[in-house]
Amino acid sequence: MTADHCGGAGGVSTLETGLTRFAVVGSPNSGKTTLFNALTGLHAKTGNYPGVTVARYEGTTRLGEHETVVVEDLPGTYSLDPISPDEQIVVDVLDTDHHNERVDVPDAMLVTLNATTLRRSLGLLAQLQQTGLPTCVVLTFTDDLARRNGKLDIPSFTRALGVPVVTVVAGHRDGLADLRHVMSRLDSWTQPVVSPPTDPAEVTGWVDSVLDASGYQLPEIDKRTHRIDSVVLHPVIGTVIFLLTMFAFFQTIFTVAAPLQGYVESFFGWLGGLVADHVHIGWLSAFLSQAVIGGVGSVLVFVPQIALLFVLIALLEGTGYLARAAFLMDRVMARAGLEGRAFVALLSSFACAIPGIMATRSLPSAKDRLATMMGAPLMTCSARLPVYILLVSLLLPGDAKVGWFNARGVVMFALYLFGALSAMLTAALFKKITARGGPMLPFYMEMPPYQVPRWRNVISEVWTATSAFLRKVTSIILATTVVLWVLLNLPMRSESEMTAAGVDTGNAAAVSAYVIDHSYAASVGKAVQPVFEPLGFDWRINIGILSSLAAREVFVATLGQVAAAEDPEQPAQALRQMTVQDGPHAGRTLFDAPTIAALLVFFMYALQCMSTVAVLRRESGSWKWPAVAFTYMFVLAWVLAFVARTVVAALV
Amino acid sequence: MRSRVLATGHEPASGGLTLADIQRGQRARVIGYDENVEPSAARRLFDLGLFPGVEVTMVRRAPLRDPVIFRVGDYEIALRGVQSRSIHVEVVS
Repeated sequence: MTADHCGGAGGVSTLETGLTRFAVVGSPNSGKTTLFNALTGLHAKTGNYPGVTVARYEGTTRLGEHETVVVEDLPGTYSLDPISPDEQIVVDVLDTDHHNERVDVPDAMLVTLNATTLRRSLGLLAQLQQTGLPTCVVLTFTDDLARRNGKLDIPSFTRALGVPVVTVVAGHRDGLADLRHVMSRLDSWTQPVVSPPTDPAEVTGWVDSVLDASGYQLPEIDKRTHRIDSVVLHPVIGTVIFLLTMFAFFQTIFTVAAPLQGYVESFFGWLGGLVADHVHIGWLSAFLSQAVIGGVGSVLVFVPQIALLFVLIALLEGTGYLARAAFLMDRVMARAGLEGRAFVALLSSFACAIPGIMATRSLPSAKDRLATMMGAPLMTCSARLPVYILLVSLLLPGDAKVGWFNARGVVMFALYLFGALSAMLTAALFKKITARGGPMLPFYMEMPPYQVPRWRNVISEVWTATSAFLRKVTSIILATTVVLWVLLNLPMRSESEMTAAGVDTGNAAAVSAYVIDHSYAASVGKAVQPVFEPLGFDWRINIGILSSLAAREVFVATLGQVAAAEDPEQPAQALRQMTVQDGPHAGRTLFDAPTIAALLVFFMYALQCMSTVAVLRRESGSWKWPAVAFTYMFVLAWVLAFVARTVVAALV
Repeated sequence: MRSRVLATGHEPASGGLTLADIQRGQRARVIGYDENVEPSAARRLFDLGLFPGVEVTMVRRAPLRDPVIFRVGDYEIALRGVQSRSIHVEVVS
């Protein structure tokens, strides 16, 4: 396993060629992903199928001393008559006539069948057998079948199907060893003498005959699940439990991750300081400590949030509660054209759009995933908070009131509310656009029995998500940080030049302010002035907006630096008293109410976050969607900021 | 993949009972789909085990009335009103 796992520009990762490929196929809740995780462990990689928002999971597993094979986890499906892009992928991958040449056809299929839902699952098996690919049935949940007093005679079941059948309960070692043994002897796999029928009229008859022949006894209703459901789905108690769960979920991502992120930040701050102390070439020292180490730090700072989010999602999904939460929220989310599961992704986006967008993986429909991704960046993330606090404190005095309430608090609440409403509306709009023309897709959601989550599964999923984030996103975020650093710090200024300009070279704040004011970024800020002029922004605000592409909160620091250029002793005061330097409005207070309103609205809507762009690229599988998101959000931000400015100017 | 013909069962009388009408704990037998159901959607309902002749039990409604959980054969599934209204049933006593 030494080959490079990352594919070309399309994000198509294909593992070593020449190895035997097994595809794991099955319906949702058939134990498909558990089997995949158990087989591949930490050797799983995610990517995207070419050109679609469908995540691709692939990994390697060893069958014996010498043989390594590739295992691919196909999206869960109930049928080979696709009604979604995810299901289309399953059909394309299994198409032995090879109509879609961009995907690899596997050499054999491992079909997971849940022993407690055989009547439905065998219909899928019948369809899968039509592909002509060698098939091995992996029977799962036989422990559940026994617990609920169901019966199945496996030798007769194997005879009736005519293909190898292996029982693997929850990725257990013994079952896996049997499966690996069967997989290593692909040549000896039996095929049914007569393929099962696919005509609906005949399928039910075939399923009945197979189940009769194998002495199948339907499992009883799962009493444990029913007892839990009568509480968890109770109109009152269930709603309270749901709200508490979501509150705990949000708190964990927002609060528990924060100190961990603090440690990551201070570690990289310390590391940067160390480099600055030991490298004595001025520009190199600044470049290494700020651009490179700072850039790596700004990638790793997301890791605690992402890891925690995936622990929580794996637990919610593993227990079966995610389906219940989605059931409770479905009516609300249906108003935005989405389904209940999108709620978790949108909620996570309040902490940060990065985990929010990654959480869309739990949505089974690619169209819902895309719509949710397009809306998620509008949720008020924690990086907007310092920007809002600075601007709102410039806008309103601390004791201002709206009725009974503190005016600053009211404005903050309004910003959060408008962000959330805009996210829902945008998601609804994108869902309408992507679903246009296609047939009305039926909505259905299986309610799986409750289970104890498997820790192996949790670890695999957290590992896969976090490592994929680091591999695919680091380069983009690092490149952005370096480019922005270069723009903000170059050209270099000599000490004599600064002395000539009257800058106290002993004052670090004054020096960095001078550098930034005469940097390439300042030239860019001035060059884009015509675009932002109608919003009341001048070139100094434009530098701040440019620098905030690295992360929104950088805006606050940059404005602080710019203000320090005016009065290094009292930057806050300098910010308030700054005036427009040139143009028709020269002399006007720069941060007057209309401009602050425009800035607030601009930050509410603009996609000022290259990390989000990078994650959108990774999760959607192409540059198209991040480009669409950046453009629509910029246009929306500009237009609404202009409206806000005009309205506030008319009111004041 | 290959398109398949769907067996829709015998055509129900207009104004007949649908899955949306049955009450909690009540059992019903699927007799067919509404004629407005797209073939692809009908095929999916079939693949989900909601084929003519199968017995369905209404388990519970969401607090906001929609969706509704049904037990179909050996498993439970939540359907929105749009879907359950398009499935014609007869009550099993």
